Amino acid sequence: MALPLFPPESDPGPDFVGLLRQSDGRALSAPAPGGGPGAGPTSPHATTVVALRFADGVIMAGDRRATMGNIIAHRAMEKVFPADRYSAVAIAGSAGMAVEMVRLFQVQLEHYEKVEGTTLSLEGKANQLAQMVRQNLGMAMQGFVVVPLFAGFDTARGIGRIFSYDATGGHYEDTDFQATGSGGRDARSTIKLGYRESMSRDEAVDLAIQSLYEAADEDSATGGPDLVRGIYPLIAVVDAEGYRLVPEEEVAERFGALAARIRSERAQ
Amino acid sequence: MSMPYYVAPEQVMKDRAEYAQKGIARGRSLVATTYDLGIAIVAENPSRSLHKISEIYDRIAFGGVGKYNEYDQLRVAGVRHADTKGYAYSREDVDARSLANLYAQYLGNVFTHEMKPLEVEILVAELGSDGRPDQLYHIAYEGTITDEERFAVLGGDAETITERVAAAWQADWDLSTALKAARAALSGPDRVLEHGALEVATLSRGNGRVEGRRTFRRIADEELALLLA
Repeated sequence: MALPLFPPESDPGPDFVGLLRQSDGRALSAPAPGGGPGAGPTSPHATTVVALRFADGVIMAGDRRATMGNIIAHRAMEKVFPADRYSAVAIAGSAGMAVEMVRLFQVQLEHYEKVEGTTLSLEGKANQLAQMVRQNLGMAMQGFVVVPLFAGFDTARGIGRIFSYDATGGHYEDTDFQATGSGGRDARSTIKLGYRESMSRDEAVDLAIQSLYEAADEDSATGGPDLVRGIYPLIAVVDAEGYRLVPEEEVAERFGALAARIRSERAQ
Repeated sequence: MSMPYYVAPEQVMKDRAEYAQKGIARGRSLVATTYDLGIAIVAENPSRSLHKISEIYDRIAFGGVGKYNEYDQLRVAGVRHADTKGYAYSREDVDARSLANLYAQYLGNVFTHEMKPLEVEILVAELGSDGRPDQLYHIAYEGTITDEERFAVLGGDAETITERVAAAWQADWDLSTALKAARAALSGPDRVLEHGALEVATLSRGNGRVEGRRTFRRIADEELALLLA
């Protein structure tokens, strides 16, 4: 390895992907095209993730199941990641591609921050992710689709914002909430029915938990709470203090409360 | 065609060294020292935006003195090296020693092969972990690399500043004491540098950041004024 210095005309600037492409390309290896449509079920898929705004920022949550066709590939997969201090990214779709995309995205944001000495705006980060999704289009055509959700706290405006994506890299800002993945429809309906503007953090966490519960109830690829192994959805809060995970004990407790409520409502 | 004059290699090297030293001496100096929670780096720098001290990686910081455009180019190369390595392998595999060696090789190469040597001195600092000690690598304009144990001084007036830091230095001193001593050493007997004329950053264990792995932190304005009070 030599010191990566570039002549001014080919300097990649703060772009990490550009830098990898100009280096030896070892780290940025994409599998050769092949396999054809329908190659999807042979590799693990990550499923339902949701994001919703609350009074101080955004909540992002995802179930823990990855499936491969009708088989459960992983029971404790993580689909919600910190993108940087003030933003989070959640993934649905082909797990291998998605996790790698998140890793590259995280390095890209940090790389930009260090090279430029300042962080990207929230919209800049959302655009960066869109470019990465678009670069995956060739793989998406073969069944390895990655559909992320991006949410963060806009420090300039003091509000939480949510961006959703499609497989072509199109990205759209959502006003209040969004869900994606196989159980996304059920999760979205649940949030839609329970959503109010300026909810508190606790109310929003409860609603996220309920939406994942309902999605798992209807969609076989979405995992519900696993009481035997103690595996619960990952829930992240991003607000003015940055990204942090809701402690597992708290999620378990809130699931317990939700189950008790549903039982008592059915008994009436 | 005129014949080039013969110049003895000794003379060429001497001239280049003198040229680089003069360039570095024009700039202001930098002190890095270990303290109880990590490494503190203090530079005399009136600019708030053109930094002498920067973050390279989770536990690695960079310091440069001399010509800004030259050491800034090296800083960016360091960030690129570290990020590429961390992405290709793992974050744990990025270390200061290999980066310091790359800098040393590059500076040595430029010094012997190019018309003009780089007018810079570089510091690569790594916060120790799991029993590994803190590391301070000082790389000079001609590629000489020294591994300092307690503190490092870079810049034109390094010898006198080194004497002053050595006289004050204590093992495991706290941040405030270390910063005051560094300021006194950079100021000299005839003046006192205000906090606005200093650039300070630390690599510290337990700095309270949300993403705990990144240990680099700038200390500016009010916080610095408090620590120096």
